[in-house]
Amino acid sequence: MNIQFVLNDQMVITANNGAGTLLDFIRYDAQLKGTKIGCREGDCGACTVLSGTLCNNQVHYKSITSCLTPLANIHGKHIVTIEGLNISGVNKVQDAMVENSGTQCGFCTPGFVVSLCGFVLNEENPGQSSAISSIDGNICRCTGYKSIERAVQTIVNDLTAVDKTNRLEWLIKNKFIPEYFESIPFQLEKIEPLLSPAGNLAIAGGTDLYVKSHDELSDMTLNFLSGHSTCDDISIQTGECKLKATTTVSELMNNTIISDAIPGWYQYMKLVSSTPIRNIATVGGNLINASPIGDITITLLALNSKITLTDIAKNQRTIHLHDFYKGYKILDKISDEIIMEVSFQLPDLHTKFNFEKVSKRTYLDIASVNTAITVQNKDQEIVQLRCSMGGVGPIPLFLASTSNFLVGKKITAAILLEAEQILQTEITPISDARGQIEYKRLLAKQLFFSHFITLFPQYVKMEELI
Amino acid sequence: MINIDALNHVKGKSIYLDDIPEISGTLYCLPFYAETAHGRIKDVNIQAAKQLSGISAIFLAEDIPGANQIGGIIPDEPLFAANEIHYWGQPIGLIVGVSEHICRKARKLIRISFDELPVITCPREAQKLNHLIVPPRKFKIGQIDKAWSECDYIIEGTADINGQEHLYIETQGAYAWPKEGGSLYVASSTQGPTAVQRTIATVLNLPMHKIEVNVVRLGGGFGGKEDQATMWAVMAALAAQKLNKPVKISLHRMDDMCMTGKRHPYSSDFRIGLTKSLKIMAYEVIHYQNAGASADLSPAILERTLFHSTNAYYIPNVEATAWSCKTNLPPNTAFRGFGGPQGKFVIEAAIVKAAESIGVNPDDIQKANLVDNGDEFPYGQVIENAEAKHSWEECDLAFKLDEIKHKVEIFNDSNIRYKKGYAVQPICFGISFTNTMMNHARALVHIYQDGSVVISTGAVEMGQGVNTKLLQIATEIFGISPEKVRLESTNTLRIANTSPTAASAGADLNGKALEIACNTLKNRLIQVAESNFGNKEIIFCHDQIKTTDNKNQISWTALILLAFQQRVSLSEHAHYATPVIHYDKTKEKGHPFAYHVYGTAILEVTVDCLKGTYQFDSVKIVHDFGNSMNTDVDNGQIEGGLVQGIGWMTMEEILYNEKGKLISNALSTYKVPDIYSVPKEIIIRHLETIGPELAIKKSKAVGEPPLMYGLGAYFAIRKAVKSFNPLAHLAFDAPYTPEKVLMDLYRRNK
Repeated sequence: MNIQFVLNDQMVITANNGAGTLLDFIRYDAQLKGTKIGCREGDCGACTVLSGTLCNNQVHYKSITSCLTPLANIHGKHIVTIEGLNISGVNKVQDAMVENSGTQCGFCTPGFVVSLCGFVLNEENPGQSSAISSIDGNICRCTGYKSIERAVQTIVNDLTAVDKTNRLEWLIKNKFIPEYFESIPFQLEKIEPLLSPAGNLAIAGGTDLYVKSHDELSDMTLNFLSGHSTCDDISIQTGECKLKATTTVSELMNNTIISDAIPGWYQYMKLVSSTPIRNIATVGGNLINASPIGDITITLLALNSKITLTDIAKNQRTIHLHDFYKGYKILDKISDEIIMEVSFQLPDLHTKFNFEKVSKRTYLDIASVNTAITVQNKDQEIVQLRCSMGGVGPIPLFLASTSNFLVGKKITAAILLEAEQILQTEITPISDARGQIEYKRLLAKQLFFSHFITLFPQYVKMEELI
Repeated sequence: MINIDALNHVKGKSIYLDDIPEISGTLYCLPFYAETAHGRIKDVNIQAAKQLSGISAIFLAEDIPGANQIGGIIPDEPLFAANEIHYWGQPIGLIVGVSEHICRKARKLIRISFDELPVITCPREAQKLNHLIVPPRKFKIGQIDKAWSECDYIIEGTADINGQEHLYIETQGAYAWPKEGGSLYVASSTQGPTAVQRTIATVLNLPMHKIEVNVVRLGGGFGGKEDQATMWAVMAALAAQKLNKPVKISLHRMDDMCMTGKRHPYSSDFRIGLTKSLKIMAYEVIHYQNAGASADLSPAILERTLFHSTNAYYIPNVEATAWSCKTNLPPNTAFRGFGGPQGKFVIEAAIVKAAESIGVNPDDIQKANLVDNGDEFPYGQVIENAEAKHSWEECDLAFKLDEIKHKVEIFNDSNIRYKKGYAVQPICFGISFTNTMMNHARALVHIYQDGSVVISTGAVEMGQGVNTKLLQIATEIFGISPEKVRLESTNTLRIANTSPTAASAGADLNGKALEIACNTLKNRLIQVAESNFGNKEIIFCHDQIKTTDNKNQISWTALILLAFQQRVSLSEHAHYATPVIHYDKTKEKGHPFAYHVYGTAILEVTVDCLKGTYQFDSVKIVHDFGNSMNTDVDNGQIEGGLVQGIGWMTMEEILYNEKGKLISNALSTYKVPDIYSVPKEIIIRHLETIGPELAIKKSKAVGEPPLMYGLGAYFAIRKAVKSFNPLAHLAFDAPYTPEKVLMDLYRRNK
């Protein structure tokens, strides 16, 4: 089955293995060298391209790291590299980067320009902070971030006049993007859906597997799950939130019903990786990867999520997420089962949610310790509580004893100090690149307290706890 | 003037090593290494790998036609380990095949057996065992033994500074292809084309004239491609010669991080003595440099650590000793600042510790001891045109240090969770290669008969904007528009015997050579013009050559054609060697620097004392640019250097395990600043100074000095931590990661 997509202004049909990376295709097959290889692990953004999906006759663009994207996942999409953003002269984004000296060695520059063009194409309400967000996955080592910030300001200023009803037309007319973008919907319509090969290994976004095993994967036949995702991966009815396993972190992050139920949701999700990774990483992938430090997993554990698994014979079963993890990367799952759906009850008016994460770098980093909590309280009394914690044991941990202890208790410093003692018996951190044991234990304590200091400032103060 | 490469950069049209159009039949190569940091090789089994379809050859030490030697300063580093392995990641051989992919497959099939030998990663341990790269060096001034008795306060301590990964976003690479007659063309991503050429010649047993090295630009260097770009180019050249095919190498990020050296970690002991009036009377320091497994540039870096051991302070009695210690880490190498930052960190730590024990602010001590004209550095150079006090005073005046201090105090008194800290960071950095011999450069200028100009120099463009500055020099001298001038690649056939583009000296040395070349050509053109206009004063501007009385005028293009017709040479190759400088290593005295760069920064940080995280609120800088010839480029260097320095002092943490294996071996485990980790505000003010004659157009070198403003990040955080936990005894152990900050915030030790 050939993979078909539009690359810049060209329709591409390739018989390449769908497990090969988009980056390799762009550089070696299409010979487009503006997309750079920096790290092949999605951590530098030099290989950023845009991926456009046709949805109700409109193409929605998002930035993705081409190094972690299997070719099969871009079937039916419009892929835009830096070359596909060039017009005669420079486009507005490029011009802003030039005029503000936003480029030094230039190696990271195409990635920045692509990300910013993605912002320009996508962002409904362009502002400085959302523009900066769009380049949170781009590293400039030279490091011209202040100049880039100034360039971003110029772009945002230029966009204030954008015609929101005829956005694309306006962007073309004002030299943000090339003209051929107008014809893309017609091109994408022509592409038939891809039948995924029945490979042995199921793969969704690939953002973890491709980091470690890019060589091995590119020779394999894979079962691609993400390619078919449409525009409605999340459904919410009577407070029950159902996510398809292939829901991306970005979809989760930008869901307004969830953000209404959980104040701060966007900011919590912003701590998860970077924009281009969130655009491809999936909820199911985060769960199945079973990293003891998965941000989404820790969040979903605190939300008391259930997962639905299906095997090849379509047998379904639903289990609690906290029962899924049996040991380091050991799951309650038989080999041909895949996660289909994740569901959880959105917090009601009496339930609060908080997420904490500390890493060496605040954004685009893996946590040293992360933790989430849901607390249902009646005034100072805890009615229900679920606290989860990552980076402190072989599995993403639901802190059952600590949580149980707190149910029915009052939120006071004395109780929390006692609870923290229990917490320390539940966790078994190890020393690694993300910190020594002593640090992780101290951090676990601090972040546990931080939940209450943040959610219940009227009942506990930092100075009573430390 | 905006960087001349910017337009191509933003369009993705700039060509880096990996973007060079490939010649059909190109092969790819990949080095392999053993899983040990120290071992004696028993057997290297390449049979299975060799038989893999698509593998062309596998080369080992025995296949090298010339010397198995790539050491630059000292011949102590083989290209391929033959008997002993000295660091984890040391190449043992090279796989060549039809794709990178197949080479990586083959690498997994290679079996290396070895006997483990003891691994040393600590420089102090190596020093005790006398594992040294070179004998220790010692800089002395005054009489330290007597001076202690004049001190009212004597404070001792230890400071540890970790290394830093360069993390140029473009990894190391090279592309070599055979030319006729056994000569080779080598495209290399190097700061030192001549080093590449010379080393290939040694390893392949060829005269240098058979090797052409070409460098278009680098996707970041920062020192990491000064010496360490060489070995990859040698590998590609070796395979190209042996197989008579084009061969390319482009390192995977994880190989690059594992196999290349970094900024040197140092561990240092200090003793500082002050009078009641806070004058530093005596300073004794012993630096233990973690050089890694071979010399690389370590001896030169060690020297610069000594040169900058007193930073911007005048201290009458100093004894500074430095040991270059051989360990089982990849050979550590040049990195922006070249050992200077480590030397400065220790004196700053000593001052902070002294201030804490005396009960004053560190800036009281800093300010009382800034260098002035007539003061003598421990290495004998007497200071002229000192701007240390000037930049401090301007910084104080412009940014109101007292107000900042006051605000920090008020904030800290009224907040428990968040504490603010600040630090003042003066810098003084000597410009010139400390090895006097290297301070020379050449430029080649051709004016073609149509009036277009092409320039070649020994300078390598790596984002620092040197080509833009060179273009400015030529256009100003000739009075022509930038479109008429093109900067060509750095090529060993056009410019021979280059010094690497390093030591912040690229623009000075190559710019001065270019100035000479352009002025020589201009003088010839003046003669041509004079023969036309009569003996009048002539000026070159706006593509026109005219007499000052405006009576005669000729266009640049017409004048060039005229000169060409009159058989005047329109080409010039000029040489420049920095005058004045000298240094006597036997006495450790001399005048090694053409001039010094000064500046003062105030850094402010807020620490979250619940979580141990922090954010830099602002960095305010008064910097001595001399007379900046390009503020777009130079401000970019200041901001960039500063952020890199802050990264080094905060989140960038290199971790090796006890076996000498790099644990922070990818971008997921080694974090450099992202856009959110830069200070919220960076303000740069230009100090009004007359630039020195030895700086190109009196515009001082700007590449390395600003990195050292970043040192203040460490001390600003420490100040905030102290405010939360005043009684704890805190070590000096950079970087100050969120982990160390949290541990220090809750440290209860004595």
